[in-house]
Amino acid sequence: MNQEHIVIIGNGIAGVTLARHIRKNSNKRITLISAESEHFFSRTALMYVYMGHMKWNHLKPYEDHFWKKNRIELKKAYVEEVQTQNNQLLLNSGETFQYDKLVIATGSKPNKFGWPGQDLPQVQGLYSKQDLEKLEKNAPNNQICKRAVIVGGGLIGIELAEMLRTRNIPVTFLVREKSFWSNVLPLEESEMLNKHILEHGIDLRLNTNLKSIEADKHGNVKSIIIEETGEQIDCNVVGLTAGVSPNIDFLKNSSIETNHGVLVNQNLQTNIQHIYAIGDCAEQRNPTGNRPPIEAVWYTGRMMGETLAQSLTGNPSNYKPGNWFNSAKFFDVEYQTYGWVFPKPKKGHSDFYWKATIENKCIHMHFETESRKFTGINTFGIRMRHEKFDAWLNQEKSIDYVIEHLKEANFDPEFFKKYENEIFDVYKKKLLN
Amino acid sequence: MSTAHNISVTGQAAENLGPQQKLSIALGMLGLLILVLAFLNVSFQPKIVWLSVSLTLIFTGIVWYTKASYANKFAGIKNNHIFFNSLTNRGIWAYALGILITGFYVVLYFYPSYLGLVNNGENTGIVALFDPFSKLLSGNPASQWFVYGTLYTIAILGFGIKFLWKYRNNNYQRLRTFSVMFFQLGFAFLIPEFMARLNGEKFSLPYYNLVNIWPLNYYNFEQYRVDDFISAGTIGVSLLIFGIASIFIITPILTYKYGKRWYCSWVCGCGGLAETAGDSFRHLSNKSTSAWKLERWMIHLVTVFVVIMTTAVISTYLGYDAEKYWLTKDVFLIGVGLVLTIVVGLTFIFKRHEFKKDAKYAGIGFFLIILALIGLHFSGNTQQFAFVEAETLRSSYGFLIGSIFSGVVGTGFYPIFGNRVWCRFGCPMAAILGFQQRLFSKFRITTNGGQCISCGNCSTYCEMGIDVRAYAQKGENIVRSSCVGCGICASVCPRGVLKLENDSPQGRINSKEILLGNDVDLMNYVNKN
Repeated sequence: MNQEHIVIIGNGIAGVTLARHIRKNSNKRITLISAESEHFFSRTALMYVYMGHMKWNHLKPYEDHFWKKNRIELKKAYVEEVQTQNNQLLLNSGETFQYDKLVIATGSKPNKFGWPGQDLPQVQGLYSKQDLEKLEKNAPNNQICKRAVIVGGGLIGIELAEMLRTRNIPVTFLVREKSFWSNVLPLEESEMLNKHILEHGIDLRLNTNLKSIEADKHGNVKSIIIEETGEQIDCNVVGLTAGVSPNIDFLKNSSIETNHGVLVNQNLQTNIQHIYAIGDCAEQRNPTGNRPPIEAVWYTGRMMGETLAQSLTGNPSNYKPGNWFNSAKFFDVEYQTYGWVFPKPKKGHSDFYWKATIENKCIHMHFETESRKFTGINTFGIRMRHEKFDAWLNQEKSIDYVIEHLKEANFDPEFFKKYENEIFDVYKKKLLN
Repeated sequence: MSTAHNISVTGQAAENLGPQQKLSIALGMLGLLILVLAFLNVSFQPKIVWLSVSLTLIFTGIVWYTKASYANKFAGIKNNHIFFNSLTNRGIWAYALGILITGFYVVLYFYPSYLGLVNNGENTGIVALFDPFSKLLSGNPASQWFVYGTLYTIAILGFGIKFLWKYRNNNYQRLRTFSVMFFQLGFAFLIPEFMARLNGEKFSLPYYNLVNIWPLNYYNFEQYRVDDFISAGTIGVSLLIFGIASIFIITPILTYKYGKRWYCSWVCGCGGLAETAGDSFRHLSNKSTSAWKLERWMIHLVTVFVVIMTTAVISTYLGYDAEKYWLTKDVFLIGVGLVLTIVVGLTFIFKRHEFKKDAKYAGIGFFLIILALIGLHFSGNTQQFAFVEAETLRSSYGFLIGSIFSGVVGTGFYPIFGNRVWCRFGCPMAAILGFQQRLFSKFRITTNGGQCISCGNCSTYCEMGIDVRAYAQKGENIVRSSCVGCGICASVCPRGVLKLENDSPQGRINSKEILLGNDVDLMNYVNKN
C-alpha cells in the first residue's frame, strides 16, 4: 500500500515537532525539506556558539541517527515554487518533488524597512545558521569589527549586543522606542533593563531611528547616520533586529492565499485543501484571545506542530493554545511571563508592581480592577512555576489569592533568598492605601 | 557528540589572558616549581619554610587568578570562550595537562620511590619536603599519600574558591562547594592524620576517612583493618559498625530523602575534586546514547566486581581463623546471598516495569552468578570463593579499578573526557546510590512546564553526560541514576526550566506527549492515551 506522503518545508521547531508527532501516531511517509541546515538545531541558541558556550553540534536536540531511525526523510533543497494544481514543489535544483499533503513551516526573515545601504555585505540579522556564519566572518574580533551598530530594540537585538560584547566589540544600540522593549514591557521593567544594558557597556540610544547605512569605496559598511540628529557613527557591522516577518516570498506566484503570512484557519489549513502552514510564517484568520495573528515565538511554533500532527493523523484539532507564556534572558536577567501583562493595564485593569532592593529582581502583575481576577505576571530574576500559573489562570484566581500563594509558584534553586513575604507585605500596604 | 564542525572555532578568542591572570599563573607555577625541584632532589632547608612558601604560592596563584577573572564582572554565567580555549576545548594545552597529570598518577601509584619514598629510612625528594608537615599533624614521616592528600586538599580549597566566585549568584552552588571543601579538609585530610596521633603500642586505628564509604573505599573491610578496629576496643568497633551502617542504613536514608547528590556533590572527595579543579572540563563529557549504554555496563560490572571481591576477601579471612571472629564464613556467605536476594526481589516486585529488557537480563544474570558462586562454595566444589585466590581478586581490583580507573584515567583524563569519568563509568558507590536514586528516592530535576527552548546549555554542561535537554524539551522530569545533583544544568538554563527538588515520589516520572501551554482539551486527550 502506498503511504500518504507528507512534505514539510522547513526543519525548525514547528516542522520538526510536527514530523515527530506524525511519526509517533502513524506510519505515513514524512519528508522535511530545508536549505538552511542538514539537521534540526535550536535557533534560540545560535548566540551561544558565537560566545563560545557551545559548539554547533550542541545545538542539535537529536543525534544525527535519530532521523533515519524514525524514518523522517531529510532533503536539503530550497523550494522555488509550490505548484498546487499538480501537488508538486519546484526545487532550486530544477527538480520537482511530489507531495500528498504539504506543510509550510518556513519561519521568519529579519525585517528591512528600505534603509539605504541595507543590503551591504556587513548588514545582517541574527536568525539563521547562515547569519551566524556571516557574523563570524563580519565580526570575529574587535580588530576587524571596531564597532557594531544594532538597529531595533527587541529580544534578538539585545542577544546580538551580548554576543558582540563577549568579543569586546563596542556596540551602539539604536532603539526606536522611548525605552527598551517598551512596546511589550511596562516602563518599570523596561527602565530596569535600560540600566542593565548600559552597565554592560552598551551605547544605548533611545528614541533613535536609523536613516541610512554608508559604504566605503569598496562597498563595505563604514558608518550609519541617525535620523533624528544626523549624527554619523563609524562602524563595520550593522545588525538589523527590528523584528521579523514571515519568510514566504517563494509563495508569491502560487494560489496559496497570503497576507503578511500564510493565511490559515483555526485548523491551520490554508485556502488550499491538503496545504497547511504552521509556526512563524502562519497568519491566523481568527486569532485566539489577545494573541496576535502572527506569533513568531518558539513555543507557539511547537504548539502548532503538536496540534497539526493530531489533525493529520486522524484526530482533527483546532489550534487553540492555552494561556500565553514566554521567557527570555537579557544579559544576566532572566524573564518569564504568564498570562498577559501589557505596557499599561488595559481598561478596567490595575497592576501591582514590586521590586527588590537589590538589582534586577521584580514582578509585575495585572488584574481586573472590579473582580480582582488575576490576568498575568512578568517576573524578572525570580523563576516561577509554569504549571502553577497556568492552573491559577484557568481557575480564574484573584490577585489576592495569587499573592498569598506565591510561595507555591517559586521555582528558584534551593537555598535562594525568598521574597514572597516581602511581596505580601508590600501588597498589603498598597492595598490599604 | 563529535567535536567536528565548529563554526566559531575559526574565530579567535577576543579576550586573551590579562596581565593579572598571567602573573597569577606565574605565581602558582613558581610554587609548583619548588615541588618539581624537590622531586629532582634539590634539598631545601628548612623544609617547613620552603613547603609553606610553595603551597602558599600555589594557593595564592589560584585565588588571585580567580579574582582577576571574575571580580570585575557581573554575577552570572561565566562560560564565554570555553570552546575557543585550547585548555578547555581539547587543544594542545589540554593534552599537555592530561599527560602531565596522568604521569603524576602513574608515579604516585606505581613508582613512589621516584617521589622519594624510602621504606625503613629517611625519605628523600618531594616526600621528604613534606616530612615536617606530616610530623606536625600525625607525628609520622610523610608518605607519597600524604603528599598527594595535601596537594589534593589544596586543589579542592583553591579551585573551590574559584568555583565560589564563579557562581557567587547561586546559593545552591556555594553551599555545596563549602560542603565539599569542609569534608575534604576535615574528614579526608586532617581528622585521619590526628587520629593517627592516638595510635600507640596497644591501640591502633587504621587510617580512616569516615565519609569514604565502602564500596568506594573498597579496602575498608580487609583483614588488617578489621583486626585493627576490633583490637582498638569500643572506639574501633564503633568505627567498624559505622562503616557498615554507612552503606546499609545511613546511605539509603539520605539517598531516599535527597538523592545521591548528598554524597556525590556535597561530601565525596572524588566528587569534590571533580566539582572544583575539574569544573573547567565538565562540558567535555560525552552525551551520546552510545556513551550512556557503555556507562551502564561498565559501572555495574565494576559494582559486581567489588561485591565479589569483597565477599571473597572477607570470607577468606573469616575462614582462616574461625575462633577470632564471631561471624563464620558460612553465616557471612548466607548473609550476602540473603541481602542480595532481598534487594533483587523487592526491586523486581515493585519496580520491574521500570527496567528495560537489557537491564532485567543483566540484573538477573549478575544476581545468579553471585548466588552460584556462593552455592558452589557450599557444595564443597571449590576451595576458593569465585575460583581465584581472594588475594588475586583484591590486588587486581586495587590495580585495575582503584589505581588505573579512579586515579590515572579518572583524574588524568579530566582535560580530555571531562571531570566525572570515574564517577560516571566506574564508581561502584555511585552505582549503588544511583540505583536507589532511580527507583527509591524523592529527588528529581523538575522541568518547568513548556518553557524549554531546547538550547542545549543543560546537556552541554552536564558533567555526567546526561542529555538533560532530551527530557526538558519533552516536559519530563529528570530521574537518572547517574545524576549527581550538581545543579549546573539549572544554573546555566537561560529560561528557568530546571529545578532540583525533593518531593513526593508520586508523579516523579511524568512523561508527556504534549507540553503545557497548548490547548487544555488536547493535552488531556493526548496525555491520557
